[in-house]
Amino acid sequence: MEQMLSFIAAKANYWTYVILLMVGLYAMIVKNNLVKKIVGMVIFQTAIILFYVSMGYKQGGTIPIVMHDEAHHGATSAAIKAIDYINPLPHVLMLTAIVVGVATLGVALSLAMKIYQEYGSLEEDEINEKLRNI
Amino acid sequence: MIFFDRASNLLSDLPAIVVTVPLLAALIASGAGWINRKAPFIIAIASLFVSFISSILLLLQVTSTGVVIEYRMAGWAAPIGIVYIIDHLTALVLVLISSVSLINLIASKRRIDDQFRNKEGAFYSLYVLFTAGLIGMTTTGDAFNLYVLLEIASLSGYALIGLGSNRAPLATLNYLFLGTIGATFYLLGVGYLYIATGSLNMADIASIIPKMMNSSMILFAFIICLTGLLVKLAIFPVHGWLPGAYSESATVAASLVAPLTTKVTIYIMIRLCLSVFTPQYTFQHLETTDVMVWLSVITIVFGAISALSQKDYKKMLSYIIIAEVGYMVGGFFLGNKMGISGAILHIVNDAAMTLALFMVAGIFLWKTGEDSRESLKGMFGKMPFTMAGFTLAGLSVVGVPPTCGFFSKWYLILGGISAGQYGFVAALIFSSLVNAVLFFRIFEIAHFEPFKEQHPHNDHCDEQHQAKSHNEIIKEAPLDMLIPFIAVSLLLVLLGLYSGAIVNNIIHFVIPKGII
Amino acid sequence: MSMETVVSLKPVVAVLVSLAVIPGIISSRTQNIRETWTLVAAGIKLLIIISMLPVILDGKVVSFTLFQVFPDIGISFRVDAFGMLFALVASSLWLVTSVYSIGYMRSLDEHSQTRYFSFFAAAISATIGVAFSANLLTLYIFYEILSLATFPLVTHHQDKEARSSGRKYLTYILGGSIGFALPAMLITYHFTGTLDFAPHGVMAGHINSGLALMLSMMFLFGFAKVGIMPMHSWLPAAMVAPTPVSALLHAVAVVKVGAFSVVRVFTGIVGTSVLADFNISAIVCVIASFTIIVASLIALSQDELKRRLAFSTIGQLSYIVLGVALLSKSGMTGGMLHIAMHAFGKITLFFCAGAIFCATGVKYISQMKGIGRRMPITMTAFFVGSLSVVGFPPCGGFISKWYLVLGTIESGSLALLFVLLGSSFLNAAYFFPVFYNAFFCSKDQMLFEDKVEEAPLWCVVPLVITASISVLLFFYPQPFLKLASLAVSIIMGG
Repeated sequence: MEQMLSFIAAKANYWTYVILLMVGLYAMIVKNNLVKKIVGMVIFQTAIILFYVSMGYKQGGTIPIVMHDEAHHGATSAAIKAIDYINPLPHVLMLTAIVVGVATLGVALSLAMKIYQEYGSLEEDEINEKLRNI
Repeated sequence: MIFFDRASNLLSDLPAIVVTVPLLAALIASGAGWINRKAPFIIAIASLFVSFISSILLLLQVTSTGVVIEYRMAGWAAPIGIVYIIDHLTALVLVLISSVSLINLIASKRRIDDQFRNKEGAFYSLYVLFTAGLIGMTTTGDAFNLYVLLEIASLSGYALIGLGSNRAPLATLNYLFLGTIGATFYLLGVGYLYIATGSLNMADIASIIPKMMNSSMILFAFIICLTGLLVKLAIFPVHGWLPGAYSESATVAASLVAPLTTKVTIYIMIRLCLSVFTPQYTFQHLETTDVMVWLSVITIVFGAISALSQKDYKKMLSYIIIAEVGYMVGGFFLGNKMGISGAILHIVNDAAMTLALFMVAGIFLWKTGEDSRESLKGMFGKMPFTMAGFTLAGLSVVGVPPTCGFFSKWYLILGGISAGQYGFVAALIFSSLVNAVLFFRIFEIAHFEPFKEQHPHNDHCDEQHQAKSHNEIIKEAPLDMLIPFIAVSLLLVLLGLYSGAIVNNIIHFVIPKGII
Repeated sequence: MSMETVVSLKPVVAVLVSLAVIPGIISSRTQNIRETWTLVAAGIKLLIIISMLPVILDGKVVSFTLFQVFPDIGISFRVDAFGMLFALVASSLWLVTSVYSIGYMRSLDEHSQTRYFSFFAAAISATIGVAFSANLLTLYIFYEILSLATFPLVTHHQDKEARSSGRKYLTYILGGSIGFALPAMLITYHFTGTLDFAPHGVMAGHINSGLALMLSMMFLFGFAKVGIMPMHSWLPAAMVAPTPVSALLHAVAVVKVGAFSVVRVFTGIVGTSVLADFNISAIVCVIASFTIIVASLIALSQDELKRRLAFSTIGQLSYIVLGVALLSKSGMTGGMLHIAMHAFGKITLFFCAGAIFCATGVKYISQMKGIGRRMPITMTAFFVGSLSVVGFPPCGGFISKWYLVLGTIESGSLALLFVLLGSSFLNAAYFFPVFYNAFFCSKDQMLFEDKVEEAPLWCVVPLVITASISVLLFFYPQPFLKLASLAVSIIMGG
C-alpha cells in the first residue's frame, strides 16, 4: 500500500493531468448545458498543457536562462550542464497551445451565443425539443 | 535531399511561399474589406493563385528531379528548426488543396457576395486562412507545427461552417467539440512521442523509433495520435459530427471544407504512419491491418446504409463522404502496395468528386432557391450541361469507368484481394451498388419528373417562352459557375484516364521500400 | 499461334467517330442537318470497319493502345476476326437503323429527338468499343458506357412505365456488372496477372477448378445483357423503348454485346481447356438450354408483339452461349455466326413491329388479324425474318443453326440436339401464327380494310433491306462465315 502510494505520489503530476482530462471529457459528453460543455473542453485542453509543462520539469532544475560572461565567452566558459536546467521546449510549445485554446474557446462561445439567439436556450435537450417541433 | 539556402532565389523559397502567401493574404483580406468591398476577393484569389502555381512548380520540381525538398524555416536546420518537407505525396496533395480551393472560389464568388453581403472580408479571410492551414499541415515536417496548423485549419473551418442555416451553429459546436478532442488527442500523442524520442522533427523521430519498437510509450503515442485523427476523420462510431456540420453549413463553405478536410486528414494519417512511426512499426510490428480494415468496413457499410435513408441531398453526400473515408483508411491499412496506392489515388479522386457534387448543390441552390432534391425536377432538359457534369460526378462515386472513381476502387479492391481481406472487397462492392441506387434515384427525379417553374435569380423570364414546353428551353447557370464546374467534371474523366501516369510518376515513389 | 499485328489508329477512329458527331447533332439547327450528321458518322464508321476487313481476313490483327491506365493494362483496341464479325454486324445495322429511326421518330412526332440521336450515337460507339477491346478492362469500360448510354433511350417516353422499366434495366445490367463481373475481373487479374484476351485463355494453370467455376458463373450472370435466366427480365421490360431502339439495341447491340462479352471471356480469359477440364462447359450448356426452352415457352404466351420478340431474343442469345460451350469447332462457329444471322433476322422483325405501330398504332398480335392485306411488304419481310430466326432455308439463320446442330453431334450430346430442334419447333410455333393470321384469316375476322397502306418509306426501305440481306446471307454467308471460322481456328488451335 505504501509502495503504491509512493508510486502515485511520484507521478502525481501525471495522475492529475489524467484526472483533469477525464473530468473535461466527462463534461463534454454528459453535460446538458452547452456552456458547461465548453468549460469541459477548456479543462480538457488545460490538462494537456499541464502534462506538457510537467514533462519539461526537472527536480532541482532552474529556469533555462544561460548567463554569459562577456569576458569568458566560448570554449573558455564553464560547460553548460543541461541537467541543471528544466527543458524549455515543452513550455514554449504550450504558449502556442494556450493561444490555440483561447481561440477555440472564442469560437465556441460565439457559436453558443448564436445558438442562444436562435433558440433562446443553452440546454441541449430544450434545443433538440425545439428542433423537433420545427 | 536538397538544402536550399534562405533567400537564394524565389524558386527555392516556393515551400515557404505556398503557405505564407495565403496566410498573409488572410490577414490583409479581413482588413481590406473595410476599405473596398471588392478588395478581399481579389486578394484571396490572387493569393490562392500564387499558391496554386507554386504547388504546380513544386510538383514538377519533385517529379523531375525525384529528390525530396527540405526547406528550413528561417534557416534553422532540423531537428532544432522547423523544416518543411516536399516529397511526391506532399506535392500531389498541395496541388489538390490549392486547385480545389481556387476553383471553388471562382465558382462560388457570386453566391458568396450574395449570401455574405458586407461580411465579404471576413468570409474571404477565413476561406484563405483555412486553405493556408491545410497547406501548412501538408508541408510541415514538424509534429508540433502540424498541430498548430491543424488548429488553424480547424478553427477557420468551424467559423466557415458556422455561417450556415440557422441550425448550423449547433452542428458546428458539435463539430468543434469532437474536432478539439481529436486535435488534443493528437497533441497528447505528440507529447508522449517527445518524451520517448526527445524530438519533434518527423524524420528525426522516424530514425529513432526502429531502436525502440517495443516501448510502451511509443505504442501509447501511436494509439492516441491515431485515435485523434480517426475522430477528425469521422470514422464509425465517432462520425456523428460530420453529417450535421456539412449539411447545415452554407453550400459555399461546405464545398470547400467537405472535399478537403477529411482528405487532408487522411494524408496526415498516412504521413504519420509512414514518415513518423515508420511502415515497419505500423504494419509489421503492430499488425494494425485487421483491426483498422474491419473498422473501415463497418464505416463503409454504415455510411452506405445511412446515405440510403437520407432525403436531404447534402446529408446524403455527407454519409457518402463517411463511407469514402472508410475506403481510404481501409485501403491504407491493407498495408500493401495496391492498397496504399489506391488510398492515395482516392484522396485525389474523392476530393475532385466531392467538390463536383457540392458545386452541383450550389448551382441548383442558386438556380432554384431550393435546397432539396425536388429542385432537380426536369433538370436534364433545363440544364443539360450541369446535369451532364453531375452525371459524371455521380458515376465517378459509383465507380463506373472511365471516371476516376473506378480506377482508385480498382487498386483498393486488388489490394483487398491480395491482403486476403475479402470483407473489405465486399464492402467496396456493396457501397458501389448503394451509390448507384442513390444517384440514379436523383437522376430519375431529374429525368422523369417535369420541371417546376421558380426562378429566384431569373426575373427576366420571357412570357411567350412559358407557353412553350418548359423542357425545350435551356436555362443554364451563369458561366462563372458553369465553366469551373464543367472543368471539374471533365477532370474526373481525365484523372481516370491518366491515373496510370499519376501512379507511375507520383504514387509509386511514396510507397516505402519493403512494401509489396 | 503468332499473328502479325498492324498498329493503326483505325479502330480508335471507328469507335470515336459516332461520339465525335454528337456536338454536331446537338448544335444542328434543323432536323435534316442533324440526321445528316448521324448518317455521315454511320457511313464513315462502316467504311473504316470494312477497310480493315481484308487485313483481318488475311489473318492479321489491328491494334492500338489509347491510354495506359494501369502500369500493365491499357485502354487498348485489338481487332481480330471475332471482333470484326461483330463490328461489321453492328455498324452495318446502325446505318440501316439510323434511316429507320428518322422515319419512325418523325412519323410519330416523338419528343427530345436530339437527345435520342445523341445517345444512339454514343451507344453505337460503345458497342464497337466492346467489339474491338484488346483486354477485359477495355471491354468492361465500354460495356458500362453502353449500359448508361442506353438508359435515356430505353426510358425515352419518360412516363411511369418507362421509369419502372428503366429501374429494372439498370438494376439488372449495372447490378450484374458491378456486383459480379467487376469482382470476377479483379479476382482474375489478381491470380493471373493479366487481363489481355489470349487465344487459349489466361486462367489455365493459375486458377483451381472451384474458383474457375465461380468466376465463369460470375461472368455469365454479370454480363446480364446476354439475358441468361434468371438475369433476363430486364429485356422484356426494356421494350417500352421506341421501336428503333428495341430493334438495334435489344436485338443487336446491347444483347449481342452481352453475348459477345461472354464468348470473349469464355474463350479469351477462361480458356477452352479450363472450360472443358473443369466441366464448366457442361454446366453452362445446361443453363443455356434451360433458358432456350423456357424463353421460347414464355414467348408463346405473349400477345404483345415486341414482348414476344423479346423472349424470342432471350432464347436465341442462349444459342450463342450454348454454341461456344459445346467446345466443338462447328458449335463455336455456329454460335459466332448466330450473332450475325440472328441480328439481321431479328432486326427485320423489330422493324416490322415498329412499322405496324407507325402505320396502325397496333401493338398486340391478336389485333393484327388480316394486317397482311394492308401492309403486304412489311408482313412479307416479317415472314422472311421469322424464317431466318426459326432457321429455315433459304435464310441466314439456317446456316448458323446448321453449324450448331453439327456442333451438338460433334460433341456427342444427343440431349442438346433435342434442345435445339425442340426450340426451333417452338420458334416456329410462336412466329408462324402471326403472319398466318395476317394473311390468311377468314374475311369476317379481318380487322383491317382491304387497302394497301404501308408505313412511311423511311421505315419500309430499311426492313426490306434487312430482310433481303437475311436471304442473301443464306447464299453468300461470307464474309461472316470466313471470319467465324478464322476466329474458331485461332481459339481451337489450328
